[in-house]
Amino acid sequence: MSVEIRDGKKILVTPISADDLKDIKIGDIVYLSGSLTTCRDVAHRRVVEEGREIPVDVRNNAILHAGPIIRPIDPDNGKFEMVSVGPTTSMRMEKFEYDFVKITGVRVIVGKGGMKENTSNACKDFGAIHCVIPAGNAVVAAVCVEEIVKAEWRDLGMPETLWNCRVKEFGPLIVSIDSQGRNYFEEKKIEYNRKKDEQIAKISEQVKFIK
Amino acid sequence: MTQVEKMTDIIAKFIGHTAKKLPDDVIAKLTELRAKEDSPMAKVIYDTMFRNQELAVKLDRPSCQDTGVLQFWVKCGTKFPLIDDLEALLKEAVIKATFETPLRHNSVETFDEYNTGKNVGKGTPTVWWDIVPHSDKCEIYTYMAGGGCTLPGYAMVLMPGEGYEGVTKFVLDRMTTYGLNACPPLLVGVGVATSVETAALLSKKALMRPIGSHNPNECAAKMEKLLEDGINAIGLGPQGMGGNCAVMGVNIENTARHPSAIGVAVNVGCWSHRRGHIIFDKDLNCEVLSHSGVKF
Repeated sequence: MSVEIRDGKKILVTPISADDLKDIKIGDIVYLSGSLTTCRDVAHRRVVEEGREIPVDVRNNAILHAGPIIRPIDPDNGKFEMVSVGPTTSMRMEKFEYDFVKITGVRVIVGKGGMKENTSNACKDFGAIHCVIPAGNAVVAAVCVEEIVKAEWRDLGMPETLWNCRVKEFGPLIVSIDSQGRNYFEEKKIEYNRKKDEQIAKISEQVKFIK
Repeated sequence: MTQVEKMTDIIAKFIGHTAKKLPDDVIAKLTELRAKEDSPMAKVIYDTMFRNQELAVKLDRPSCQDTGVLQFWVKCGTKFPLIDDLEALLKEAVIKATFETPLRHNSVETFDEYNTGKNVGKGTPTVWWDIVPHSDKCEIYTYMAGGGCTLPGYAMVLMPGEGYEGVTKFVLDRMTTYGLNACPPLLVGVGVATSVETAALLSKKALMRPIGSHNPNECAAKMEKLLEDGINAIGLGPQGMGGNCAVMGVNIENTARHPSAIGVAVNVGCWSHRRGHIIFDKDLNCEVLSHSGVKF
């Protein structure tokens, strides 16, 4: 069983199966314990376009769209500390995400802001979810990292390296795409745009300063 | 220690402080907005934000990993003794703060496309000068312009027929496209002027104004309030995920315009609005106006 409830928190513990995710819906708040690997632009390109094998096994585990600040402790022996880590805009990975999920078997994608059909289709077809961690909270996120287990593709530099972390109750994670393919941001945007048009009409009546 | 070294040191320390602690007006406004949210999701988001700011101070780390490009708006008296050295010492202070704080390396040389690794480059940090005649003081606003809150920036010139109704649409359209990803609740800066560059600069300077301050022009102040209430009513909430309030305020700055044009621009500050305000006298005695309890 990979879903635990502790102190009222719903915690996903890796490895996670598609079955574990089936009762999790958009708007739910969850936490993650276990294997989380930072993975962003170039790593997605390498896996999807270059066909390279990802050197960290993310199957049934989680990735985080992020470029952290890392402090080397003993870099020759692969020891690093997570100083500060926050999500980056997930939308940049949208074009790769369907194939990325298909190839790697990742279950939980964490980032910032919404994603679109490529990702929601992947979540639906392969049993995965996309979550956002509230951005700007780099210290909260960093203290959830117990250990950086390994660092791969270090040739990509600090932000783009695959930092494979062992995390404890990493979150809060707000589910933005669930494994049925429902998309929180896309649903909210319909409501936002409707209300925006109402507000433009309302304000316009009161700012006729050019007469 | 020379006077130049002294001022460099103070500014480097002040920059470091602003990376770790938000200014008083932002903390007060976030506290007020937090109390206005009733959904469990918005409450969890605010709880995370406040816990993060506490931890940042406790662990002495930048509260957000994106410590931005440093930008300074300087109002310098012509008789301030270090006026000749100011631009160079601000650059030096950024390098010092980058290693001491530490700050993320956020200066990529354009066209050559490499990160300088020092947070400074051609034209960075940004320095805007206002020269103040007959004064021997120097007033500096510091700002960390992160990537997320820089992205919504937008400027254009409207035809007068579009009027302030066009300005309204221009600002609100930006909120539902880019604004919701820029870490609301936002401080929204709007410039209304005669061309793109005059409006754009004003939209950034508007973000240096304290939250809760108003444009002295009655109509402009009315529009600030209308836009604030209007953006809140869209329901973007914290992090754009839904809620009662999406802005900390809307600040409009303006100039006169050509009869044929309305220059308009929008710039936003994220909830983690890392703005500092410090004033030096001619002997480098300084007063920090943005953060209470900070002395150098």
